[in-house]
Amino acid sequence: MSRYIYKTMALAEMEARKLRHDPTELITRVVQPVLWLLVFGEVLSKLRAIPTGSLTYLEFLTPGILAQSVLFIAIFYGISVIWERDLGIVHKFLASPTPRSALVFGKALSAGIRGLSQAAIIYVLAVLLGVQVRWNPLAILAVLVFVVLGAAIFSTLSLVIACLVRTRERFMGIGQLLTMPLFFASNALYPIELMPSWLQGISMGNPLTYLVDALRTLMLPGYAAEFPLILDFGAMLLVLLVLAAIGAKLYPRLAR
Amino acid sequence: MDILKTHDLTRKFGDLTAVDHMNISLRQGEFFGLLGPNGAGKTTAIKMLITLLPPTSGTATVAGHDIVTAQRDVRRHIGYVPQLLSADGQLTGYENLLVFARLFDVPRGEIRQRVEDALDFMGLKGAGDTLVRKYSGGMIRRLEIAQSMLHRPQLLFLDEPTLGLDPIARRTVWEHLARLRKDFNATILMTTHYMDEADKLCDRLAIMHLGSVVAMGTPAELKAGIGNENATLDEVFTHYSGGTLEEAQGGYRETRMTRRTAGRLR
Repeated sequence: MSRYIYKTMALAEMEARKLRHDPTELITRVVQPVLWLLVFGEVLSKLRAIPTGSLTYLEFLTPGILAQSVLFIAIFYGISVIWERDLGIVHKFLASPTPRSALVFGKALSAGIRGLSQAAIIYVLAVLLGVQVRWNPLAILAVLVFVVLGAAIFSTLSLVIACLVRTRERFMGIGQLLTMPLFFASNALYPIELMPSWLQGISMGNPLTYLVDALRTLMLPGYAAEFPLILDFGAMLLVLLVLAAIGAKLYPRLAR
Repeated sequence: MDILKTHDLTRKFGDLTAVDHMNISLRQGEFFGLLGPNGAGKTTAIKMLITLLPPTSGTATVAGHDIVTAQRDVRRHIGYVPQLLSADGQLTGYENLLVFARLFDVPRGEIRQRVEDALDFMGLKGAGDTLVRKYSGGMIRRLEIAQSMLHRPQLLFLDEPTLGLDPIARRTVWEHLARLRKDFNATILMTTHYMDEADKLCDRLAIMHLGSVVAMGTPAELKAGIGNENATLDEVFTHYSGGTLEEAQGGYRETRMTRRTAGRLR
């Protein structure tokens, strides 16, 4: 078991090292959340069109945009998996005595590391925009755990898709197709109660909803949670384990 | 005991039989060449032997372990350098070695020393902290060979190790392979479609054509087998495959693959 975790961490560490060598991606990743919060958030706050209880819309939106950035980063992770297959890196991983699921979790954790950078960006933006967030260290730590878990889910989903479609062109199409429905059929931009009932049903099965709910609970003092945190965590963990099991089955096919 | 032994190893893709009843065996310390044009089945054979691809029928043992029923044991004892470019350009040479040392269970206390020795051995000592995307093609190949040797495997699989390299880089890779063998008594199975390479490096060769091994022996035996001791291996290949290398070089897909791989190395 300790060897299993050791190897998973070894793969994730390489991702952190890549980011250190070339942090430009971190900088370009700042742009989207800034636009969403600064433009979309500010305008809709003025409008007061979306009822968000005791919170301002900008406050309500901030954790939603963190969840969205995590989704957007992780959902295209399959591209790098296909890239590593086009090179021979996947082949070499698979010819090593590493459990397949450890390779999949290693990739998932790598995406989690990228997700962490988004959390840092959102906290900085929150300060700049005067959004009142909880600064309790335990709450922040829990936010980071949920961010990593969320990134792990969507990157593993992405890996599963990559294993099925196998080429970058097809993957790009499907990635685009998937991102917006996942985003809009969640509570990232508006409360679930505003949705028509069919969409409410879908959003209950969307892991992004649980991520957003957990992040709001942890970040915003005045937020009335949809679900208890433990349920958010349990639902997400379950989704991750199912996806990872499928991923571990499919990943070796990439090298055939 | 043979360190590698196949028995009627076969792989089909639909109607195509990529490897057809292959029977080869390798002795400890041997440098064995699998020779043939693109599309002859060399890479498919290697993929089966390193447990990436299950055989359709037949069996093989690597370091005494069955490639189907004892995959983890097989993986522990082999090193593999794919035909495709497989070092990570976004990491340094040192980091590329570090991650594989960990994945191959090199004892934690020895990792640092092994990685540094491997860099030194492959002539990359000053380049350990440079990002691999700044390496030359020959340096990348040597790094990849270093990666495959970190855990001291009993058997090393090299798939077209000099594909896409210029003549000088090829020669350097050859020199390092020869040293690797001498210093570590490594057993090496290499595929190639370069006749001169096979002639220079290999103790024994198997010539593959359309999935089948059509001839096997030392380069000298193979030449003698066609009644001409001064024959080039090209002529040997032509004799056994019944066609010229040129005709057998494979179609658009193989050519694209080769060019692309070569391009990446630059």
